[in-house]
Amino acid sequence: MTQDELDRVQTLALKIRRDVLEMLLPLGAGHLGGSFSIADLMALLYGKELAYKADDPTWDGRDRVVLSKGHAGPAWYAALAESGFFPRQDLFTLNQPHTHLPSHPDRLKTPGVDMTTGSLGQGCSTAAGIAMALKLKGNDAWTYLIVGDGELNEGQCWEAFEFIAARGLNRLIVLVDDNKKQLDGYTADVMNPFDIAAKMSAFGFETQKVNGQDVVALDNAIQAAKASGKPSAIVMDTVKGAGVPYFEQLMDNHSVKFDAKATEAAREAIDHINAKLEGRA
Amino acid sequence: MFQLVDDRSQKGGELRAAVVQTLQAAMETNKQVVALEADLGGASGFTKIAKSHPNQFVQCGIAEADMMGIAAGMSSEGFVPFCHTFGPFATRRAFDQIYLSGAYAGNTVNIYGSDPGFTVAANGGTHTTYEDVALMRTIPGVVVCDAADAVQMAWIVNEFLGLGTGVHYVRGNRKNVRPVYAEGSTFELGRGNVVRPGTDVLVIAAGQLVSDALDAAEELAEKGVSVEVVDMFCIKPLDTELVCKEAVGKKAVVTFENHNVIGGLGEAVAATLCEAGVCVSFRRHGVSERFGQVGPADFLQQEYRLTAKDLVATIEGLFADHGHGHEEPVSDGR
Repeated sequence: MTQDELDRVQTLALKIRRDVLEMLLPLGAGHLGGSFSIADLMALLYGKELAYKADDPTWDGRDRVVLSKGHAGPAWYAALAESGFFPRQDLFTLNQPHTHLPSHPDRLKTPGVDMTTGSLGQGCSTAAGIAMALKLKGNDAWTYLIVGDGELNEGQCWEAFEFIAARGLNRLIVLVDDNKKQLDGYTADVMNPFDIAAKMSAFGFETQKVNGQDVVALDNAIQAAKASGKPSAIVMDTVKGAGVPYFEQLMDNHSVKFDAKATEAAREAIDHINAKLEGRA
Repeated sequence: MFQLVDDRSQKGGELRAAVVQTLQAAMETNKQVVALEADLGGASGFTKIAKSHPNQFVQCGIAEADMMGIAAGMSSEGFVPFCHTFGPFATRRAFDQIYLSGAYAGNTVNIYGSDPGFTVAANGGTHTTYEDVALMRTIPGVVVCDAADAVQMAWIVNEFLGLGTGVHYVRGNRKNVRPVYAEGSTFELGRGNVVRPGTDVLVIAAGQLVSDALDAAEELAEKGVSVEVVDMFCIKPLDTELVCKEAVGKKAVVTFENHNVIGGLGEAVAATLCEAGVCVSFRRHGVSERFGQVGPADFLQQEYRLTAKDLVATIEGLFADHGHGHEEPVSDGR
């Protein structure tokens, strides 16, 4: 990754976190934790890695993204808006009547959203179908499937992983957001996933573990996955709420309720990020 | 336009063969058509498609919910997926995937749920579905069909492939079914077929029970009761116009389905008649408050009181009840 690319990705990551805070704050609550843990991934994808045309979101040559952990929609919307898919002010219609930005992604409503998700596990199968279709069409586009670690409780994920590996869908990359928490607590307590990377390897994936908050490491992992020629999985070691210490440390940060303290932390974080962005400009 | 066969006592074609041959023919001209299986290709005949059109066949393994999601994903890339598995796995087991990844997401998923109701035979109660129509009918925009015979099944499958976005479900026996329609018959989704005119009683049937309804009508004709039979192969969208038009002036209306009386053809017709203010003696003849079980199909058809004789008994019971109106339904199967 060049310095320019790194600057662009890091700037986008800042914008995504700021936008998510600005989107959720007026609503009083929202899926902050899981949006922040994938903010760096989204910044890398839209800042560097993906082939896309923001003014032609269904361009056949685009790389496909399926956010199977659909509750992290706000992070995706921020990445899409900051990448020109729709005006940034649309972000502030999140969850409002007739919005094109519903809490969970909807392919019929949002430019740049390739698949409707939200019922956990289902995005794994639809992404498998997309990758299968691309293979049959001889289309070399990549499919990025973003899955939550808690989501892996769903058996459907593993059915889809079997299919992806067995059919040799080697232009699909599974990105597991291993942020260690799900709604009811730590994944280790709710339903111990044990070694996710070992499980993905056992399912037939070329598997890597990487710091999911380190865009350089993540980029290297994606390049290695692409070079492997095999169905690939990247288990991203992430922090739920990553990027703002208050939200990282907040235990119940799946859907954050903006009480007085959280509101203050969010406002401070927005100011802090804006100052950083000004420094970068 | 449809034409009836002259001789309904023939063996008739296999419905699965009709599905496979229709898909194979469509695949010749439309490379977007893909067949998906969940490891029942030997049972459905989809293995023939795997051989004839290997690039248009997707083996999903024993993972029906995953199959529906894969179909939805392929649809989003322009393919026209057609999935098969046994009826209960095609509906009960994979319902949320059909609903969300399919219909809600604006994708196309065509589904053949095989061996509904008593046609399950040796696979028994675990593989029986008397609820598939009820479940599928609730999906916005869905098309739900029950094929009367192989000719109609072939037409339905071909029609589904051209429908575009949405979930389209057809149920039907895999094996030979007595013929109702002559080769070359065509139909219209959302339009029922009057397959026998009559003046006293209106029987609205679906699936292979249309044949049994015709048998019952013949038996009752000998007893001086004139029975009209409608093949309501398309249960959703329902031909409400035909239901009301044909019900008016009849002494009774009876629905006849290889399905639970809850949520199926009978309730759809009942709601139509009630809401249109058509007041007529009415019975839903189907299965009530029972699970499936194992046995030969003809045994199961008798056990669940789904034979022509059972329909005759229901109609005769209605005439005996006529004017009283508060008797328990004779069709509850208990």
